[in-house]
Amino acid sequence: MRAAGWKWLIARRLSQALFVALFLAGPLAGLWVVEGTLASSLTLGVLPLTDPLILLQSLLARHWPEATALLGAAIVVAGYLLVGGRAYCSWVCPLNPVTDAAHWLRVKLGLREGVTISPRLRLWVLAGALAASALFGTLAWELVNPVTITHRALVFGGGVMWLVAVGVFVFDLAIARRGWCGHLCPVGAAYGLIGKGSLLRVSAVRREACDDCMDCYAVCPEPRVLTPALRGKAKGFGPVILSGDCTNCGRCIDVCPQDVFGFASRFDKREQTIGPQQGEYVP
Amino acid sequence: MTGPGEKKTVDRRELLAGGVRAVCGAGFFALGLGMLGRQAETRAAQSLRPPGALAEADFLAACSRCGLCVRDCPWDTLRLAGIGDGAALGTPFFDARAVPCEMCQDIPCVVACPTGALDHRLTDIKQAKMGVAVLVGQETCLNFLGLRCDVCYRVCPLIDEAITLERSHNERTGKHARFIPTVHSDKCTGCGKCEKACVLEEAAIKVLPAELALGRLGGHYRLGWEEKRKHGESLLKDIIDLPDRGYGDGTATPYGGAERGANGAFKEFKP
Ligand code: SF4
Ligand code: SF4
Ligand code: SF4
Ligand code: SF4
Ligand code: SF4
Repeated sequence: MRAAGWKWLIARRLSQALFVALFLAGPLAGLWVVEGTLASSLTLGVLPLTDPLILLQSLLARHWPEATALLGAAIVVAGYLLVGGRAYCSWVCPLNPVTDAAHWLRVKLGLREGVTISPRLRLWVLAGALAASALFGTLAWELVNPVTITHRALVFGGGVMWLVAVGVFVFDLAIARRGWCGHLCPVGAAYGLIGKGSLLRVSAVRREACDDCMDCYAVCPEPRVLTPALRGKAKGFGPVILSGDCTNCGRCIDVCPQDVFGFASRFDKREQTIGPQQGEYVP
Repeated sequence: MTGPGEKKTVDRRELLAGGVRAVCGAGFFALGLGMLGRQAETRAAQSLRPPGALAEADFLAACSRCGLCVRDCPWDTLRLAGIGDGAALGTPFFDARAVPCEMCQDIPCVVACPTGALDHRLTDIKQAKMGVAVLVGQETCLNFLGLRCDVCYRVCPLIDEAITLERSHNERTGKHARFIPTVHSDKCTGCGKCEKACVLEEAAIKVLPAELALGRLGGHYRLGWEEKRKHGESLLKDIIDLPDRGYGDGTATPYGGAERGANGAFKEFKP
């Protein structure tokens, strides 16, 4: 890898730390900015937020929730429609640092790919969890959801429940590359579905400058999403990464030595073309 | 050689097979989650739900496990269940012997609940039904032994309504009274203050989930005296009024005045 930037990675880690801090400031320091967990929370006593996937499970289990939860989920969906569905994964989810750490260690140790799992499997896990909620009238995924279990462990104290996060780490390290977040997690899949229509996207604005160094493919947690935007010009694909699976982590923006990528609106079809001399671009 | 048509069939078949595999997999996964869900519905008797909690199955369809009720309880009564706490993972519960519910007037736990798993229609804490106290330890309760402990009675927020002291004869001494703490299930909220306060090493009075604590008459049962009271008179006319059974001088029989013949057998019974 060549001269890699760190801007977005650092911003992302700060964001993850900020969310942990917001949720822990109350229980640890008595600063009740945010109460509750990522399942449902109340910020400054006025802003209710509820995880849309949990609300969906509840609706399928035939419980009609209070307006607070409905409003909370609507706000969350609206928010992620703006900043990118799986921005939740990259910027908020407490498991992301865990799986990122597993991946980092995997690269350090030079471990091979491991078991191949179809990235579509998470959609089937999501379908199964929703079907179970409907059939058995219960919040089925919440019986096992590592995301909420870990967040609860963080905010309310976890004891043995921390083993769930350890399990995800071991799975990603020893069994499958980016196994959990990239292939199995139905929470990520659900936010990915929101991401299919979300406004803020990563765009390969200067894709003509790409010199095939493959650095972006090496860092992207969902490398498949890069191809159409980066290399699909001939096939008529625009420069914007439209796949909901892109987590808006911005790591590709950081590492690309040719500055190909940047954040853009999904409707922004513009491209910066490269001038006659390689590497010099005319805006 | 495979022609283009053939290739397509194979592709379609593969696609179909893949789809069937995925649907079956998702189905099995759903089934597994469902079984886990059923398992999670069994709640330990000492794990009580917060005030206003929906019936257990409905509660598990509603509660997002957010912990807002836990946070807003000023007495730190509530906890979110971990493994082995006897309630579905992440759901709020309390153990009365550890920290009972103080029956806050404004019921902050219910107000905080964003999902309605704690029913917002509960506005009078006296109407809460977290469970029902039962004096299970009748061999150890000091009042049953004939002493005057009364602690459970004294601490009850609904003293003389939810719990009363009922006088009975002390057979052991022959001349004293026993004051039996008696819970009235229609008034008891299940707050658990009595269980918390019981002076014994293991509480003699315990709050149990209502379905464990209470019996239920068959739906078709009619209590004669209730029906009679409702209608102002007996519903059945011309009832054969059998002679009362009683104790007599030895000649009396289980049928009161029915006469016996010479062989000791009853004579024909005429009402
Ligand atoms: S895929 Fe799941 S576990 Fe991974 S970051 Fe997204 S929500 Fe969290
Ligand atoms: S009524 Fe008060 S003491 Fe009882 S659980 Fe609710 S908040 Fe806690
Ligand atoms: S506040 Fe409501 S939804 Fe949240 S944990 Fe308590 S009962 Fe469940
Ligand atoms: S649980 Fe005990 S203290 Fe609470 S209302 Fe019932 S009898 Fe009274
Ligand atoms: S506090 Fe315990 S021992 Fe005392 S009267 Fe009540 S149940 Fe009996």
